[in-house]
Amino acid sequence: MPDLDAPPRVLHGIGVGPGLAAGPVARMASPPALPDPRPVTDPDGELADAVRALEATEADLRARADAATGEARDILSAQAMIAADPTLREGVAERVRSGDDAPHALRTTFDRHREILAALGGYLGERAADLDDIAHRAIAAALGRPMPGLPAPGHPFVLIADDLAPADTVGLDPETVLALVTERGGPTSHTAILARALGLPAVVGCAGILDVPDGTLVTVDGTSGRVGAGVGEEEAAAVRARAADERSRLAAGRGPGRTADGHSVDLMVNIGSAADLRGVDLDGVTGVGLFRTEFLFLDRKDAPGLDEQVAAYAEVFSLFPEGTVVVRTLDAGADKPLPFLGLPEEPNPALGVRGLRVARDRPHILETQLEAIARAAERATADVWVMAPMVSTPVEAEDFVARARAYGLHTAGVMVEVPAAALRAERLLEVADFLSIGTNDLSQYTLAADRQSGALADLLDPWQPALLQLIGACAAAGGRGGRPVGVCGEAAADPALAPVLVGLGVTKLSMSPRSVPAVRARLAAHERAECEELARLALDAADAAAARAAVLSAGP
Amino acid sequence: MSTRTVAIASSTGLHARPAALFVKAAADQDVPVRIRVGDGPAVPAASMLAVLSLGAGHGTEVTLEADGPGADAALDSLAALLARDLDAEEAADA
Repeated sequence: MPDLDAPPRVLHGIGVGPGLAAGPVARMASPPALPDPRPVTDPDGELADAVRALEATEADLRARADAATGEARDILSAQAMIAADPTLREGVAERVRSGDDAPHALRTTFDRHREILAALGGYLGERAADLDDIAHRAIAAALGRPMPGLPAPGHPFVLIADDLAPADTVGLDPETVLALVTERGGPTSHTAILARALGLPAVVGCAGILDVPDGTLVTVDGTSGRVGAGVGEEEAAAVRARAADERSRLAAGRGPGRTADGHSVDLMVNIGSAADLRGVDLDGVTGVGLFRTEFLFLDRKDAPGLDEQVAAYAEVFSLFPEGTVVVRTLDAGADKPLPFLGLPEEPNPALGVRGLRVARDRPHILETQLEAIARAAERATADVWVMAPMVSTPVEAEDFVARARAYGLHTAGVMVEVPAAALRAERLLEVADFLSIGTNDLSQYTLAADRQSGALADLLDPWQPALLQLIGACAAAGGRGGRPVGVCGEAAADPALAPVLVGLGVTKLSMSPRSVPAVRARLAAHERAECEELARLALDAADAAAARAAVLSAGP
Repeated sequence: MSTRTVAIASSTGLHARPAALFVKAAADQDVPVRIRVGDGPAVPAASMLAVLSLGAGHGTEVTLEADGPGADAALDSLAALLARDLDAEEAADA
C-alpha cells in the first residue's frame, strides 16, 4: 500500500479552481513543429496529400461540431467550412506547383489568409487565431501526427496542457474532464476563468506537469495548488471520496452569505449577459455585482443604439426583481479595441486610453449608455447601480457620478483597479456611493505585471500582500464612511481568500455563479474575528504563496 | 452577366454565423456566384475565407454576380438571404 502522505512526486502551482479531483492525466496535444522543407518530386502526389490533410481536418472539425451544442457548434461548423474552402485549396495547389511540400504549402497559404484577416482588425482580426488552429490541424494531418486539441481517451481524465486558449476548450465536456492543470498561465488566465465557469478544480503555473506521462494517476487540489503525480489507486479513491463529501456539503449550503457569527456578506454574481444565469441556482445571491456590458459592443462596426441597449439591460434587471444589479459601463479601449471607438493603437494599451478614459474625447458613448441604463431601470424593480471602470482620481469619479445622476441613476460608484484610486479611496467615497475592486487589473498595476504574462503568474496572484493591503485601505475607507466596498475580480471566487477579504472589511463578494457555494461554505466556517485574524496573517506574509500557506494552515 | 446589389441586414455584418449561412447557400447553388463590395474584386461566394475577407459590415452594399442558366434564380435567393437579419433569427432560435 502506498504511503498516503508521500506520493511519488508532488508538484505545486497556483490553485485557481477550488475543489479536489483524482484521475489519469491526458494532455492537450501541442501543434506539430514544421519540419525542414524537402524537395518535391511528385507534385500531384504532394497536392493529393495536402488535400487529404484538409479533408481530414474538415471531417474532424465537422465531427466535433456535431458533438457540440450552441455557440461552440456554430464556431466549429464555421471552422470546418474554412478547412473545406475552395480558395484555400487553390492557394495550396499554387504553392505545391511552385515547389512547396504539403506541410509548407499549407502553412504558407494559411499564413497569407491570416494576414488578410488580421489586417481587417476587430472581430475578423481575432478570427485570425482560429485560422492558426485549423492550420495546426491540417499540418498535423499532413505529417501523420495526432490532431492537436482536446484528447479523447475514452474515460474521465485530468486535462494537462501548456496553457489553454479559448479555442482549445470549445467543446470541453465538464462531465469527462475532472480537473485542469497547466504548466503556465496565471490566476487571471483563460484557464482560471474557464475552470470557475465550469466549476472544475484547476491548478495553473504548475511547473513539471507536462513531464507527467499520459495515463499517470494524479490528485489535484485546486485550493492549495498541490498536484500529486503518480499516486496509487487507494489515494486516488480517498481523494475522490473527499471530493464527493465536499460536493454534497456545498450542495447542502443555502441562504445568504454570512460568517459563523452572523455577520452578513453580500454574495453576488458576475455576468456578461442574461444568458449567463440560465440554469444557475441563485439561492442566497443578492444580485449581480458586476454586469459587464461589453457583449453588446463586440463584433460590430457601430455602437449599439439606445433602444437595443435598453432592451438588453432590462432583460438582466428583470431577473433580479428584488435584488441589486451593478452595471459596469463599457470597459474597452486601447486594450480591447472596438472599431467604432476609432482609437489609435498605443504602445502600452494597458496604460492607455481604456475604460472611463475613453469618455474624455468620446463622451457620447458613455452618455448613451447611461441613458439606456436609466431607462431600463425605470421599468425595473431591481435596484440598479452603475459604476465606471478605470477610475484614477476623485475628479474622474466626481465627473462620472454627476453624469450618472443627471440621468436619474441614484447609486453611482467606481471601480478600483488603479493603485492611485485605492490610495485615495477615502476621497473617492466623498463623491462615489460605493467602490468595487477589480482585483485582476489592480494586481497588474500594483505588481507591474502584465495580466497576460504566464511567466509572472506568481506576481499576479490575488494573495499578494500588497494587493490585500490596498483592498484593506479601500474597505477601511468604506467602513469609516458607511459605504459598501466590494470585490468583483477573480479573487472573490477563491473560497480560501473569502474570509481574508471579509476580515479586511469587504462587504460584497461578486464572482462567477458556480463559485458561490464554495465561498458561502467557507465564510460560514469562520467567525468575523477569525476572518480579521486571517487577514492579519495574510498581510504579514512575505509573498502570495506564504500568505496562502499561512491562512490555509490556520483555517479549518 | 446578372447582378444584384443588396445591403447586409445582419447586425454583426457578414461575419460569423451569417457568413457561414450565406457561404453554404452559395455553395448549394447550381451556378458559381461571385460577390464584391463596390468596385472591388469579385470573389467566390462559396469561399468562407474570401467572404470574410470582404469585411462587409451591417449596411454595407454588396453586389452578387453570376452567369448562365439559373443565374437569376440563384442571385434572387442569395440576395434575399442577405437582406434578412440572420443574427436576429439566431437570437430567436436560442
